[in-house]
Amino acid sequence: MLQGWVVVVTSFAYLGLLFAIAYYADKRADQGRSVIASPYIYSLSLAVYATAWTFYGSVGRAASDGVGFLPIYLGPTLMIALWWVVMRKILRISKQNRITSLADFIASRYGRSALLGGVVTIIAVIGIVPYISLQLKAVSNSFTIVLRYPEIIMPTTVGTVPILQDTALWVALILALFTILFGTRHLYSAEHHEGMVAAIAFESLVKLLAFLAVGVFVTFGIYHGAGDIFARAAEDPKLLAMMTPIEGVAGGYASWVWLTILSMFAIMFLPRQFQVTVIENTDEKHLNKAIWLFPLYMLAINLFVLPIAFGGRLHFPAGGVDADTFVLTVPMAERQELLALLVFIGGLSAATGMVIVETIALSTMVCNDLAMPVLLRMRSLRLAERRDLTGLLLGIRRGAIVLILLLGYLYFRLAGEAYALVSIGLISFAAVAQFAPAALGGIFWKGGTRRGALAGLLAGFAVWFYTLLLPALERSGWLPAGLLDHGPFGVELLKPLQLFGLRGLDQITHAMIWSMIANVGTYVTLSLLGTQTADEHRQASLFVDVFRASGEGGGARFWRGTAATPDLHNLLARFLGAEAADELFREYAHAKGLRWPEETLAADAEFVHFVETRLAGAVGAASARILMASVVKEEELTLEEVRAILDEASQVVVYSHRLEQKSRELEMATTELRAANERLKELDRLKDDFISTVTHELRTPLTSIRAFSEILQEDPRVDLAQRKRFLDIITKETERLTRIINQVLDLAKIEAGRAEWVESEVDMRMVVSDALTAMSQLLQEKAIRVEVKLPEQAAPVRADVDRLVQVMLNLISNAAKFCDPAQGLIEVSLREEAGQLRVDVRDNGPGVGAEDQTIIFEKFRQAGDTLTGKPQGTGLGLPICRHIVEHYGGRIWVESRPGRGACFSFTLLLGRPLERALVQAA
Amino acid sequence: MSEFESKGQWLVALCILGLLLFNYPMLALFNVPATVFGIPALYVYIFVAWAALIALMAWVVEKR
Repeated sequence: MLQGWVVVVTSFAYLGLLFAIAYYADKRADQGRSVIASPYIYSLSLAVYATAWTFYGSVGRAASDGVGFLPIYLGPTLMIALWWVVMRKILRISKQNRITSLADFIASRYGRSALLGGVVTIIAVIGIVPYISLQLKAVSNSFTIVLRYPEIIMPTTVGTVPILQDTALWVALILALFTILFGTRHLYSAEHHEGMVAAIAFESLVKLLAFLAVGVFVTFGIYHGAGDIFARAAEDPKLLAMMTPIEGVAGGYASWVWLTILSMFAIMFLPRQFQVTVIENTDEKHLNKAIWLFPLYMLAINLFVLPIAFGGRLHFPAGGVDADTFVLTVPMAERQELLALLVFIGGLSAATGMVIVETIALSTMVCNDLAMPVLLRMRSLRLAERRDLTGLLLGIRRGAIVLILLLGYLYFRLAGEAYALVSIGLISFAAVAQFAPAALGGIFWKGGTRRGALAGLLAGFAVWFYTLLLPALERSGWLPAGLLDHGPFGVELLKPLQLFGLRGLDQITHAMIWSMIANVGTYVTLSLLGTQTADEHRQASLFVDVFRASGEGGGARFWRGTAATPDLHNLLARFLGAEAADELFREYAHAKGLRWPEETLAADAEFVHFVETRLAGAVGAASARILMASVVKEEELTLEEVRAILDEASQVVVYSHRLEQKSRELEMATTELRAANERLKELDRLKDDFISTVTHELRTPLTSIRAFSEILQEDPRVDLAQRKRFLDIITKETERLTRIINQVLDLAKIEAGRAEWVESEVDMRMVVSDALTAMSQLLQEKAIRVEVKLPEQAAPVRADVDRLVQVMLNLISNAAKFCDPAQGLIEVSLREEAGQLRVDVRDNGPGVGAEDQTIIFEKFRQAGDTLTGKPQGTGLGLPICRHIVEHYGGRIWVESRPGRGACFSFTLLLGRPLERALVQAA
Repeated sequence: MSEFESKGQWLVALCILGLLLFNYPMLALFNVPATVFGIPALYVYIFVAWAALIALMAWVVEKR
């Protein structure tokens, strides 16, 4: 079923599906229901990192040196861990400044320098075009191979095909169409390309699934698991060497480390990665999930690389099949037509995803940072006088897309066969790594200057060109031979592959070491030697202090000058279209609480800044600056003035910080005061309650004392027996009165903390038996049976013995009061558990209702209805017990079911007072 | 220290851990002719360490 037409139709159907997805996502975005506003889509779109180079090339590299391909994915994993700090900052800066591309970012940081933006663009284009051609080559090769099914023939043996039959050309043209349709919908390039991102995320899924499918098939379909593959491979000494590859076939540790560093930079500064990570980011929070989801994706897509590589080597022992094609050729050799087709589509998706995003990123750079600044400066074009430039802008961008893709195709036709896939990819990585010092230095170091960044970039690029690109060109036969072997003009010390005699390293490590030394060295030295202009200083502080600046308007405070609102409107309309300009004006007016165009907008610093950043969002910061200069009279600020503004701002920040802190402290004090006030009010209320309750409690016995004494006084005829009974009552009531007063005093003392605690080692068994002896009279009178369970020994407690006896007396007298009148039974038990002594006093009375079980420990609160029933105590006994027990770090509580008696228990902490204090504190 | 900053510091620490794991001498310990379930030790080490690192990153970001 792998006839030519099937492959072609499937490919077209797949590309058609991409167009459909992109179209759908764009429609949804227009309706305001974005499909890409999800951390999962964001993470998948980051996987545009995995290109055809990953899809085919990883296996190719693994088949020659084992693990050498892994640093390319380990590096990004490590870098992404830093994204929480680094990328978040870049995202914030880019959103505030409406950054449109990597070139725009670097140019913006160093004083919105058009020159710097142009240099970055040129380096990016030179570095990336070979990488694009690599993708085209992968598509073309895989197509050639699939077409020859069932034979397995390498494309190199087929020879060059005529241009019009070349798949790569057609793919390039279709991708140009796609990119133009979905990449240049908006003039506003800081806007998201929703359709494009949705398509890329889909492609990431397809390539992952295809690769996993082929991995599972090779590992478990052809062989019996990975162990089987490696066991068979171990019999071949050549393959065995790949199992301990470091310091062997895969180069030394230095190569490994430098490759890791290289790919750490690549994941941030490849134009396509910057595009999907920064420009297409819809929400900073999406970064959180991506931090682990994207590394997980890389792990998954690399899981089967080694089994496929070894499986391929075992499958084609004779050689003759390029390892770069194993992913495709192994299923073909096994007659798995459907799988081979899936792999072909997977490879196509990996290649097209990369090409589309890379082309959009590069075309934005070429338009905004190369073409526009140049065109705007050419006075002969009279560009500044044209009314509508939107067409021109779009035209440049579309032209750039076609141009870049054709350049890629051209490179592929001319030099495509000179190098294996992996080498080209790494050369591109090394080119974009040159952006790292200027970009990373720029967001963390205010001292970096425009001259430093420019010189650093150029120096690094020159070394890259000399040590990586020249050798590549010579190997393609475009330069006179001998340069590599003997150095330029026969100077051995300058040999491109062994610069200054540095040997023993692979080409990429060698180039990275020298280019980074040149780049970082120049950047830092020139930055330290030179001085910044006012504009650079202001941009540096806006970038480095992005989290401290006062939002988007941060840049406005540096502007002084005069402008006219109609001019600003004209300017926006010329580059964004009149409609978009009106929309922006309305947006600004709305934010200010004004109505435009009914009310006029003042062309103040803030408004000018607003217009400039929106313009920058379309044409880049450097071009926007040139354009603004044409309609606005700006007073040039001196460096001192900028510094003064910055100092003032930082002073303001410091003051506002202090103010915030003060107000926080005040707020806290207020809350504390309010709480204290509440507490006081509560206490006041409690005191009132207490007094009224106490007087009420005192009045009851007083009333009866008074009543009976009056009877005795007034009626002399009362007989002796009656008199005696009355006097008894009076005595009892007086005793009760005394008891209440004593207890009130006692409680007041304890609560106020004035009670005296005479502490000694107390044996709790003695306390229990003393209390029982004291109560024995009463218990016998009431014929109550007492059961006591005491342990043989009890650990001593350090406490006031009288207080503990008081607690016991209280509990026992309570139990006696409430226990069954006919067959009273009280059980007292003592035991030691978990570092505590526990005493239980159980009676067989009516019990305590659940609702009363906590309130009976409060003052004057007795169980039952105190209004109707006659109170049986003072209501102070249990609260006093609670205070005493809690004083010794214990707990008192009651367990009871109505009708089944009640069990009062309390615990006391064992051990020394200090330990007790510690236990309590814990 | 805010939760935000603390997560950032955890992630920086994990990056440093990763730099140590995928470097000399850790790699050298496994760059030996031994196998785990028939798979060369170095391959197993790299993928297991990689997966563990990702798991830790996920834990820091999502749970901590």
